[in-house]
Amino acid sequence: MFGDMVTAMPIVNRFRTSTAVAGLIVVMTAAASRTASAQVELAGSWAARNHEDALERGGGPYAVDYTGIPLNDDARLRALSYSASQLSMIERQCSLWAQYYLVTGPFGMKISNETDPIDGSTIAWKIGGWEDRAPMTIWMDGRPHPSKYAIHERGGFTTGAWEGSTLVATTTHMKASSIRRNGTPTSDEATMVTSFIRHADVLTVLVVVEDPIYLTEPVMYSKSFELDTSPQMPIGPPCVAGYEGVDDRQVPHFLPGTNPSISEMTELYHIPREALMGGAETMYPEYRKKMKDGFVRPEKCVRNCGGPR
Amino acid sequence: MISRRAHFVVAIVLAAGLGPIGVFAQGRGEAPGPPTAKADAPFDLTGYWVSVITEDWRYRMVTPAKGDYQGLGMLNPAAMKVAARWDPDADEKAGEQCKSYGAASILRVPGRIHITWADDNTLRLEFDAGMQKRAFHFGSAVTKSADRSWQGDSVARWEVPRGRGRAGGPPPPKFDSLKVVTTNLRAGYLRKNGVPYSEGAVVTDYFDLIPQGAREPLLVVTTIVEDPEYLTQPFIVSTQFRRQGDARGWDPTPCSATW
Repeated sequence: MFGDMVTAMPIVNRFRTSTAVAGLIVVMTAAASRTASAQVELAGSWAARNHEDALERGGGPYAVDYTGIPLNDDARLRALSYSASQLSMIERQCSLWAQYYLVTGPFGMKISNETDPIDGSTIAWKIGGWEDRAPMTIWMDGRPHPSKYAIHERGGFTTGAWEGSTLVATTTHMKASSIRRNGTPTSDEATMVTSFIRHADVLTVLVVVEDPIYLTEPVMYSKSFELDTSPQMPIGPPCVAGYEGVDDRQVPHFLPGTNPSISEMTELYHIPREALMGGAETMYPEYRKKMKDGFVRPEKCVRNCGGPR
Repeated sequence: MISRRAHFVVAIVLAAGLGPIGVFAQGRGEAPGPPTAKADAPFDLTGYWVSVITEDWRYRMVTPAKGDYQGLGMLNPAAMKVAARWDPDADEKAGEQCKSYGAASILRVPGRIHITWADDNTLRLEFDAGMQKRAFHFGSAVTKSADRSWQGDSVARWEVPRGRGRAGGPPPPKFDSLKVVTTNLRAGYLRKNGVPYSEGAVVTDYFDLIPQGAREPLLVVTTIVEDPEYLTQPFIVSTQFRRQGDARGWDPTPCSATW
């Protein structure tokens, strides 16, 4: 039928038809390309499932618990000098909440995408911020990362690309922060690669953080979310400093050897102090064997025991 | 009569229109099935993998205290009763020292996994911790074992990609993840301190390979445990492993209820 229509047309109209068809081809090709740039739907509300690291993600970690973090000596020294009262300083009020808090914090995610009005392709994925973590914009349009001299901001700068069905996002230009909310430091040279892995209604997010200043090898965390029909609301306002009546010319800290929390987890859980100091060794199975002979299991849990409410 | 130009135009339109659809159909697995799971593996899982313990350290690297249920808000009263009776010495005496090494929790136990193909349609996972073995059976000819076991019966399939290929580009991989569903389990522990799962539990594992540039790739396993007897909602955790090029550190160690 299409052929009959073409045959019946004058030559000039055939030319117009061919031009229109060529245009159609361009549109169809563009549509096909568009699907490639949005290979898995991520938009929606995702409820957090904090079935692992529940204390760390919720109430927060113990003040001296660096287990499983590949800290170097400088990082350890700095972490032991950290006082949570630093959060009462205006300039440090947000210092604990970098983008990795997406997987080490308690909240769900609201993901949306910004689309090109012409071809519908995804220009950026956006993950709503929390009261303390800045929103994340994952640029999908191929733009480069800024110069290494560019300003570092709380949210950093993130670009993404699909690898199969996994969205892989790379974040740079973050501010110095903390890998765990107890002052274990990360520098402003830290970078983060985030993989978004969807299986039906479960979304697992893997974060790998590298920091040439404070980590001896990459550290990784993952967290699973479930698709939620209730909206996960990006919330604000951003972090607010507390007031402790401290002289604003002072940085609250502990001098070497004076951190009062250094024995807390050893007393509660019998975890050796050496393990609490972290280091890459504590990330691997051999370390469990190393502790075996000296470890005595506490008889019962006495604090932060969790369970159903 | 149809002109040659019209033929040409129609052919181009069909080619442009059907091309991506054809790729999509291939990606969705509508083409004839592969001869074997091994031949169709989208990525190579075989080799040695080491646990990277950066999460739940206090519950995985040491044996937690009785009554420590952080993160387990989905336990029902029946589960709490069972957990409150936890007695690791009694488990040892009863020969039940492998209860925390079952399919619902073995991936959380620090150690190494050695993955090989047992045959063209069976992937075998050996764990040095607890000296456990899991067999992932692909295809429809999986038979249920007569007896329940710590590792149960596992049915596996490569998951298809959830998107289309790019027009003009290479077709997408036919599969990009491994899904494993395990049933027919002996009742065991979700956490080493006696938090139970029942023999009716269903364990679903998704295995995803995440490249790391010049470094060895990571394996991320998302585990979902559903248990109507003890859990009010699914228990979901994700666990990381790093590939290692050889067997260094491989140290088969029997199960222990007390350590």
